[in-house]
Amino acid sequence: MALFKDEQIESIVRKVIEELKGKEEKADIEMRSVENQVEKSTYNEETVEFSDISEYSLYEKVFIKEPIDEEYLIRLKSLTPARIALGRTGPRYLTIPWLRFRADHASAMDAVFSDVSDDFLDRMGLFTVKTVVRDKDEYLTRPDLGRILSEEAKEEIRKRCPLKPQVQVIVVDGLSSKAIEANVPDFLPALLEGLKAYDMEVGVPFFIKFGRVPVMDAVNEVIQADVVVELIGERPGLGTATSMSAYLCWRPKKGTVESDRSVVSNIHDKGMPPVEAGAHVASLVKKIYDNKGSGINVNL
Amino acid sequence: MPWTTRLFGKHYTFFSIKEILAKASEEKSGDVFAKIAAESNEERIAAKRVLAELTLKELRENPVIPYEEDEVTRVIDDGLCKGVYNSISHMTVAEFREWLLSHGTAGEDIRRISVGLTAEMVSAVAKLMSNMDLVYAASKIRVVTKNRTEIGLPGTLSYRIQPNHPADSVEGILASVMEGLSYGSGDAVIGINPNEDTVENTIKLLNATYDFIMEWAIPTQNCVLSHVTTQMKAVEKGAKACMFFQSIAGSESCNKVFGVSASILDEALDLIKREGYAAGPNLMYFETGQGSELSLESHHGADMQTLEARTYGFGRRYMPFMVNNVSGFIGPETLYDGKQIIRASLEDHFMGKLIGLPMGMAPCYTNHVKVDQNDQENAIMLLAMAGANYYMGVPGSDDCMLSYQDTSYHDDATLRELLGLRPAPEFEKWLEDMGIMKDGKLTEIAGDPSLFSKITPPGRR
Repeated sequence: MALFKDEQIESIVRKVIEELKGKEEKADIEMRSVENQVEKSTYNEETVEFSDISEYSLYEKVFIKEPIDEEYLIRLKSLTPARIALGRTGPRYLTIPWLRFRADHASAMDAVFSDVSDDFLDRMGLFTVKTVVRDKDEYLTRPDLGRILSEEAKEEIRKRCPLKPQVQVIVVDGLSSKAIEANVPDFLPALLEGLKAYDMEVGVPFFIKFGRVPVMDAVNEVIQADVVVELIGERPGLGTATSMSAYLCWRPKKGTVESDRSVVSNIHDKGMPPVEAGAHVASLVKKIYDNKGSGINVNL
Repeated sequence: MPWTTRLFGKHYTFFSIKEILAKASEEKSGDVFAKIAAESNEERIAAKRVLAELTLKELRENPVIPYEEDEVTRVIDDGLCKGVYNSISHMTVAEFREWLLSHGTAGEDIRRISVGLTAEMVSAVAKLMSNMDLVYAASKIRVVTKNRTEIGLPGTLSYRIQPNHPADSVEGILASVMEGLSYGSGDAVIGINPNEDTVENTIKLLNATYDFIMEWAIPTQNCVLSHVTTQMKAVEKGAKACMFFQSIAGSESCNKVFGVSASILDEALDLIKREGYAAGPNLMYFETGQGSELSLESHHGADMQTLEARTYGFGRRYMPFMVNNVSGFIGPETLYDGKQIIRASLEDHFMGKLIGLPMGMAPCYTNHVKVDQNDQENAIMLLAMAGANYYMGVPGSDDCMLSYQDTSYHDDATLRELLGLRPAPEFEKWLEDMGIMKDGKLTEIAGDPSLFSKITPPGRR
């Protein structure tokens, strides 16, 4: 990948992956012992198990019964993630592809309508502040409010964060809480490691609940960092519910327009993997800092 | 002058026609967001009661954005047929509603007065109508259009194949096209939303679809839905296009955000007439939907539905081949749930037809709104009864490029069966020749795109 030719980025990625691997193995062992206990205590009888319908590949599975030319269909399937070769009963869907569609939509909706868990935020060491939005419903219907910090939030930030750092990182739920939980554990260490390698001074990262992209402007009215990095959950699609974006901006403030921001989107395990993305974003932060500009104001 | 009424003994006063129109709207999250909606259910009915007494003349004379300030208002008013307008201007909105629904009023009668209507009149009458009123009145009105082939004829229901691909792969797109054709979809257009809005990419996709249509001798037309100026450059460089596409809106300032104006569209229509690959006379394809003006901060304090009617008034100038309404595409800040999306879709279909446009419908949903496939299917069944000209055909309802859900090939086939409707005549003949349809019914092999591997393309014979 041309993006990661930079040797420094590569070494950051290697280092972070090794560290994360160590942590995961430990967590895996703990998790397994918990799972075993649960299984034993809950199920005394034998269970009938069915396959996980979310696992078949949309690039492979052909549902048409007795097709004219199966080889041809397999080739067509390999060309697109579109839901083709679905087959039919009468004019309607067969049952399994119909349930797969409902499953993918359910996953997408759950990503939007759930919250980032307190437990997760504790593990990440992120404290939480809120915008003026009261609940999820208001969050979805009033995009204007998701950019305004509450007075308590400003107070909390002033109390807990050093002012005027070179770089401030914020994590925002946006439209997918799942995207935050899926990507931040890998992304954040890679980003921070990268910024350290560039010798950049980073403020205390924190989490904002019910936030939209421009909330970074309100944050920086308080913190006055040179570069703000905002990690935010993207609106889920049926293909993936866990895609995250990183928005970067040179000295955002009230009145900053969208074209002043740079963005790296499609961060998830099947898109741009979070560790690589973290290291890549660190290199962009460095460029934005050196050029004193972001978005259309800089050539990244 | 203020208008006033009492309801359950309480006084309600309204200070402008714009305010009456906004408050008479059925509840929608976008109008609440814009702080122009009625504050109570009773106030909403009081506003409807006042609206019922206004004349069509008053509505013409009080557009929600003044003539001097807005190109959309000017296009609509300058294009009005004054003679027809004079013959109906005395009617109140209540009388107009009852005239539309009357047994004595046929579809042809409605088509005759269309040219004398402005957007505000159309929006007003829809606000006094229930969902079934909207379906019933719209079902009288047929709008037939012709590009390469003709759609909208009574007894037919057509579809756009929407074979989008996240990387604009021609092979991937054609795989979806074959799946769609095997279900009898595609008689309205084969239309691609490109991921990359560039001239080169637009040329590539236009030529690939046009060549496929020729190779298989399919009686349909092609379109690539990049920005109209991109398509114009593609056609100037020789790309084979049957029509031009563009998203349009109900205020000049919103059209400006979309990068269009009346003069750009005039130029586009002139170009496609000269350089296009279809005889027409209908050569434009517009996409619209309630809420664009709101989400792009160019609503001028007018309600979403009236702005949508203005969009149709603006679009009428170009005699489009198809107008596609995508209510639900923006999100819950404009239309909150299934109920609001269904209502908006029924209003838009009715308003478009009343103004004389060939309305196709795409009641769709994104994943951050409380809507699911069941709401969407309800909407398309109702709209099919109302007589929508066409729907989208998206493989398995999942648009893998735009990340939202729309009508599927399966839904297309089902709606035709449910209501005894047929494809456009020339296209049905082609389906019969291909062995996909017989006597208006899908055959055994329908739904299997590998049928294309065994047949010699008729265009090559």
